[in-house]
Amino acid sequence: MFTPHTKTEISTMLKVVGVNRLEELFQVVPESCRYPKLNLPAGLSEMETRQELQLLSESNETAHDLACFLGAGAYNHYSPAGVDAIIRRGEFLTAYTPYQPEISQGTLQAIFEYQSLIANLTGMEVCNASHYDGATACAEAAVMAYHTFRGKRSKIVLSPAIHPHYRETIRTYMQGYTNLTITGDEPGIDLQQHPSALKTLIDDNTSLVYIQYPDFFGRIFDLKEIVEVAHTAGAMVAVAVNPISLGLLIPPGEFGADIVTGEGQPLGLPLSFGGPYLGIFATKKEYIHKIAGRLVGETVDKDGKRAYVLTLTAREQHIRRERATSNICTNQGLMALASTVYLSLLGKSGLKQVATLSYQKAHYAFERIIQIPGYQAWNSDPFFNEFVIKCPKPVDEINFHLLDHGILGGYDLGLVYPKLKGHMLLACTEVNTRQEIGGLVNVLTEVTHE
Amino acid sequence: MSEPTLYELSSTGRTGVTFPEPDVPLTDLPSNFLRSDLPLPELSEIDVIRHFTHLSHLNYSIDENIYPLGSCTMKYNPRINEETARMAGFAFSHPMQPIETTQGNLALMYQLQEWLQEISGFEGVTLQPAAGAHGEFVGVMMIRAYHRDRNDAKRIKILIPDSAHGTNPASSSMIGMEVVTVPSDPRGNVDLEALKAACDDTLAGLMLTNPNTLGLFDEHIQQVIDIVHKAGGLVYGDGANLNALMGIIRPGDVGFDLMHFNLHKTFSTPHGGGGPGSGPVGVSAKLVDFLPEPLVDIIEEAEEDLPPLYGFKKPAKTIGRIKAFHGHFGVLVRAFTYIMMHGAAGLRTVSEMAVLNANYLLAKVRKTYTIPYDRICMHEFVAEGRWQDAEGVHALDIAKRLMDYNFHPPTNYFPLIVPEALMIEPTETESMQSLDAFADALIKIADEAHRSPELLKEAPHNSPTKRLDEVKAARDLVLCCWRPEEKD
Repeated sequence: MFTPHTKTEISTMLKVVGVNRLEELFQVVPESCRYPKLNLPAGLSEMETRQELQLLSESNETAHDLACFLGAGAYNHYSPAGVDAIIRRGEFLTAYTPYQPEISQGTLQAIFEYQSLIANLTGMEVCNASHYDGATACAEAAVMAYHTFRGKRSKIVLSPAIHPHYRETIRTYMQGYTNLTITGDEPGIDLQQHPSALKTLIDDNTSLVYIQYPDFFGRIFDLKEIVEVAHTAGAMVAVAVNPISLGLLIPPGEFGADIVTGEGQPLGLPLSFGGPYLGIFATKKEYIHKIAGRLVGETVDKDGKRAYVLTLTAREQHIRRERATSNICTNQGLMALASTVYLSLLGKSGLKQVATLSYQKAHYAFERIIQIPGYQAWNSDPFFNEFVIKCPKPVDEINFHLLDHGILGGYDLGLVYPKLKGHMLLACTEVNTRQEIGGLVNVLTEVTHE
Repeated sequence: MSEPTLYELSSTGRTGVTFPEPDVPLTDLPSNFLRSDLPLPELSEIDVIRHFTHLSHLNYSIDENIYPLGSCTMKYNPRINEETARMAGFAFSHPMQPIETTQGNLALMYQLQEWLQEISGFEGVTLQPAAGAHGEFVGVMMIRAYHRDRNDAKRIKILIPDSAHGTNPASSSMIGMEVVTVPSDPRGNVDLEALKAACDDTLAGLMLTNPNTLGLFDEHIQQVIDIVHKAGGLVYGDGANLNALMGIIRPGDVGFDLMHFNLHKTFSTPHGGGGPGSGPVGVSAKLVDFLPEPLVDIIEEAEEDLPPLYGFKKPAKTIGRIKAFHGHFGVLVRAFTYIMMHGAAGLRTVSEMAVLNANYLLAKVRKTYTIPYDRICMHEFVAEGRWQDAEGVHALDIAKRLMDYNFHPPTNYFPLIVPEALMIEPTETESMQSLDAFADALIKIADEAHRSPELLKEAPHNSPTKRLDEVKAARDLVLCCWRPEEKD
């Protein structure tokens, strides 16, 4: 199948090695455990395998067949055909990390361009080659802030409106830092408050203040005040973004963020049940020696020709070993390439158009839904493409009803915020049509009559 | 001439894709929040496709030729994997959908957990970790949690052999563990006396790569594991080198307590120029309660005509969530496809041919290159890239010269315990002819090193770029494209 050896070749090779049988190569393996019988189904041909996988795939109901109003950190945007065409090229797909720059300039220049596009999109000075996803990028930001203050500032302030998975991941990553306090998102907190309310928690022991923008509930707030309070206290500010929203919105670099992280999935990556996605991480140049992950820099070759190379590698695990502050090695190279192709194809006008369309569809859906008797807006703040609705019935009940009509409803906020039982988080993208939104409104109306 | 950057190719007014006009009544944009400038390039579709096609031509890849990077297992990536991962029912499934609508995904994940357990001899598997290093981190967190749960929080020492991957020590220190290096003995095994001396009541565990980065199976594996267990520690296996062992031995059977898998190595998912990977972790019975959440499990048993209902479960003493959603599902589909095609017999053949290929290549170059730990190797081996009578020639020069013969170099300068190391892993997907050609190039280069070393020192001569000025890159730190308007 994928091993090309013929029987004759195997015996020729064994002879060259100086043994008679394959078994002689494994004499060092403890005999009592050698050659276990593995209880796996017999291997299948490619044709049969494809059929089996097709069956599994078809037993799902997905955004491919359903009108999707589900977001909560992963969004059903349209990915132009060119994106997949490029990332399927074997030269990108089957290359390793570009440790040998002379024969990896394709990957290196693409990462360099990724760094450039993301830096410009977020308004930051530098961007690394990626983290695993939006959640681990957050955790790496928290680790970086902690080490920037050499562990002497032991408080991290988290907005409760950061994606719950991101906050959980930060806590998991930081469990070895036993002197650390993570606060701001305790269960009792008022979820409707402006992020500026977090300022009472910021003091000279605070290393990092973390805000999401637009936040998990889709809201957009002016963050200038909270950034200023944090900076006055000497703390750093990190902002988690949805990169599509930055096609319209002021980038965090312009209001003083020290670190911008984000989930890069909306930039042309498939939903794929949650991964592989792309962890965006951008910061100011002054922190360049503190950041984790790979960086590509421009240089020249021996003939003076422009070329690219992995740089500042002394920060990384393979050099610093136990003194490294991050162990990241393999990251999301191909996903970073996909987002680079996506941003290149859309460009200045395309990204703005996608952001605007997502905004417009979401606002239309919101206006229609709050007119249905029984459904209420949870808040009146500006929002981007996602919003919270208080529902007249349990959210899971409504969602099953929607599914019967070919609609994938919103996220049940009660699952993670007990105070928001009965509240649904709905998202729109450019993919949603007016007709789909009309269908959603009809079924939501119908549900109240049952 | 180098390929221009996206910004240099940009022409005001172009776009590569159009979207429909809004079909809904318009709402005012939030004027206080609008950015004034969006500095992205402007290109047509053909500009973009040509640009990235040009870039692709500058890359070396497995699709072109052998990629013998030690410990990276750069095997052929079957194309069927790319087809299955893109099937609409997988690719368009949203991670937050009700579980009733994603039973296909969950069944696949459950089955993959079971298969990986069967292949490795463990009792539980998490599919969450995003890469090998992420899996190691999760593993060390579980070791820490295990000892703390037994009110034995003083156990903070992680032993790591000097032949270990660089991620091992970094993964341990990230969670506040203390790293102690254990030396190797003259045959490339863990030095048993040094190991015993390092074992005390602060021992949390040992992180062991077996076969190690010399490509050698530890001759005292059972003793090593017993010593650590006796001292109250756990044994973590770095599964980066599992490609030598499938159907040969199950790490769980010989006493490993936990191990990560690299699906992007052993199970053929493509490396993508630096990810995405996937690093599931298998654990023995005593650690299953500490696995990260969520796990996939059967939450309602099958009944007569009805299949079981799969769902998510939170282990009782979980270390918590380690990333958003449920792991690199697209990579899991590829690995599932690979295992389904191979079955038990096929996987054993994979490991046997991987080991045969490495030993064959070793036999072909043994007379020409010094092999510091010379015995039957597993899936890889380490040679010295230097000769006493070829002064000034380094492993790096050999690596660069290989490019002139259209070969990707082996891993070099690793493991650190071999001077001028060349770490060579051919993988099972290379044919005898491909190995012969690679061996011939290595032998020819050895000859050149003695007769005309400048050929090596100046190499590569034929690659898209010559050797790079890495000092300049680190000094100037140009990390973003110049935008044309900034040039002035």
